[in-house]
Amino acid sequence: MEWLYNFPSMDIESLRALKKGIDGGFRGFTREYGVYIENAFEPLKQFLIWSERFMLDTPWPLIILLIAVITWVASRNKRIVIGTVITLLLIGYFDMWEDTMQTISMIFVCTVLSIVVGIPIGIAMSRSDRLQSVVNPILDVMQTMPSFVYLIPVVMLLGIGKVPGLIAVVIYAIPPIIRLTNLGIRLVDKDVLEAADAFGSSSWQRLKNVQMPLALPTMMAGINQTIMMALAMVVVASMIGVRGLGQPVLQAINNQYFSLGLFNGLAIVGIAIIFDRTSQAYGKRLQKYQEVVHG
Amino acid sequence: MVDDKASPGISVRNLYKIFGKNPEQYIDLVKQGMTKTELNDKHGHVLGLKDINIDMPAGGIQVVMGLSGSGKSTLIRHINRLIDPTAGEVLVGDVDVCQMNPAQLQEFRRHETAMVFQKFALLPHRTVMDNTVYGLEVQGVSRSEQLERAQRWIDRVGLTGFESNYPNQLSGGMQQRVGLARALTNDAPILLMDEAFSALDPLIRMDMQSVLLGLQKEIKKTVVFITHDLDEALRLGDKIAILRDGEVVQQGTGQHIVLNPADEYISSFVREVNRGRVVLVQTIMDTSVGLENREGPAIKIGTTLEKAAKIMTDGNSSMAHVTDAQGKMLGSLDIQAVISSMVTPISHDDPVAAE
Repeated sequence: MEWLYNFPSMDIESLRALKKGIDGGFRGFTREYGVYIENAFEPLKQFLIWSERFMLDTPWPLIILLIAVITWVASRNKRIVIGTVITLLLIGYFDMWEDTMQTISMIFVCTVLSIVVGIPIGIAMSRSDRLQSVVNPILDVMQTMPSFVYLIPVVMLLGIGKVPGLIAVVIYAIPPIIRLTNLGIRLVDKDVLEAADAFGSSSWQRLKNVQMPLALPTMMAGINQTIMMALAMVVVASMIGVRGLGQPVLQAINNQYFSLGLFNGLAIVGIAIIFDRTSQAYGKRLQKYQEVVHG
Repeated sequence: MVDDKASPGISVRNLYKIFGKNPEQYIDLVKQGMTKTELNDKHGHVLGLKDINIDMPAGGIQVVMGLSGSGKSTLIRHINRLIDPTAGEVLVGDVDVCQMNPAQLQEFRRHETAMVFQKFALLPHRTVMDNTVYGLEVQGVSRSEQLERAQRWIDRVGLTGFESNYPNQLSGGMQQRVGLARALTNDAPILLMDEAFSALDPLIRMDMQSVLLGLQKEIKKTVVFITHDLDEALRLGDKIAILRDGEVVQQGTGQHIVLNPADEYISSFVREVNRGRVVLVQTIMDTSVGLENREGPAIKIGTTLEKAAKIMTDGNSSMAHVTDAQGKMLGSLDIQAVISSMVTPISHDDPVAAE
């Protein structure tokens, strides 16, 4: 009756062999193709370096001005702009400017990459139920798998540095934009699509003129979520060498520096609020046509 | 392809539509006479249209009337093939729409048809102007030409000054004017109107009907108009087909249907109709009198009884004579006959009241 109390598991020898096999296989793959994969990511690395250098080499008043202008163009809301400027000034005053710029640059690149990769996947998913049923579980895995787990193969392949950090952040942050692009397109009113068809729209015209514009507010919600999740990953990514606000937080955890952790944590919260309010206000402006003036 | 100038007639031939997983499998059963209920109960398929044959007049208004679920919206969607038929053909001019490949179909929809929808189906993120140019934009017409042609129709349907409003900012009647302007800007010879005025309140609906009738005098398109309202059908239709449960129950001119309803179902509709606006003078005139006997005012052939009665009472005369377009006398009318024909005959009355 022992098997009732101890689960009849695979015997230790075969289990060890299995794990060894998988590890060995992956190590072999790394040794064989690691170089090519690293080269393939070279453009991304250049983009990351360029963006970080831009944020760090530009004088800080110009950066504050630039961010304030972007916030204004996107939100057309004075309060958001003023809040943004004050937050940035405080961050600078507490000597976290450099780390913050590195983080913002990282988030910027991650968001651009997520949009460039995520939106086409979302569009393809909205057009095929079969693709949707394949992609959805993959997205579930990406969102629930503890991020440390997929850091292992990424680090094995690419080592420690910016690019593996970027990949880890994108894996974690890309699902919302894919899901909400898919959802947004699927929710477009069937009557309007029928009208587009009745006037002889090609499939591209349908996408460009009807589906994308009408899905845009939903897609913006996805982009907003993607940015928030990317920020949440900053601390974890700092474990594999991504510089920025995550590293002081990590240092604070290791050495129990409460105030160091708190200040940098608050800086992350600060830029999260800036990104969130700005992108949400922009999303809302995209829906302006829905305002009913006629009673 | 059909010539752009003259609007082609449309012939629907032996058209069947079955909704479900394997419609082809049941088409023969339906052709052998299986009913809608049987098909639904035994095989779980829905019979949408059964053996539809309609000849729609070129350059005229064909009304397809029926209650909800009668298949009228399904039928109109076969003409530009938003729905594919299970069997049968839809001939526009001499081209079968059902045989077109996707590229031909796209061309056909761009240049030969334009459609107006019950729920307007405007693009909510585009202004009135940008909605109106949509058909031309899809065709690849230059922006300046788009604007010029669209402006003409926006003015024509009475929306001048609203070009940069969004649909949400307009009332239902105005939104449907945008729908109409969008369809007319396409300048396609065939205009498909799917319950275009049903969502509007009665006054605006009358107003839109007048707009359509006024326009049709100049543009002479082949219009297919779907409605569930017999008064609307009679007002607009050069020809009317009445649909019930996916089958044509009766077709003909409005007057023909009102005077000779094919069955109980149609009589029950026709009972409520204002016959004075449907029946024409030539139908009831007395041709037995001498043709030189020109009594009372002259009334042209094709005049409705209501108008004739007005002419006669205005002229304070109990008699009138009917003439053709050249003024030749065709017969005579007396006010008694006019009024009795305007009143619903006893045979059409409520069965309970008639007892």
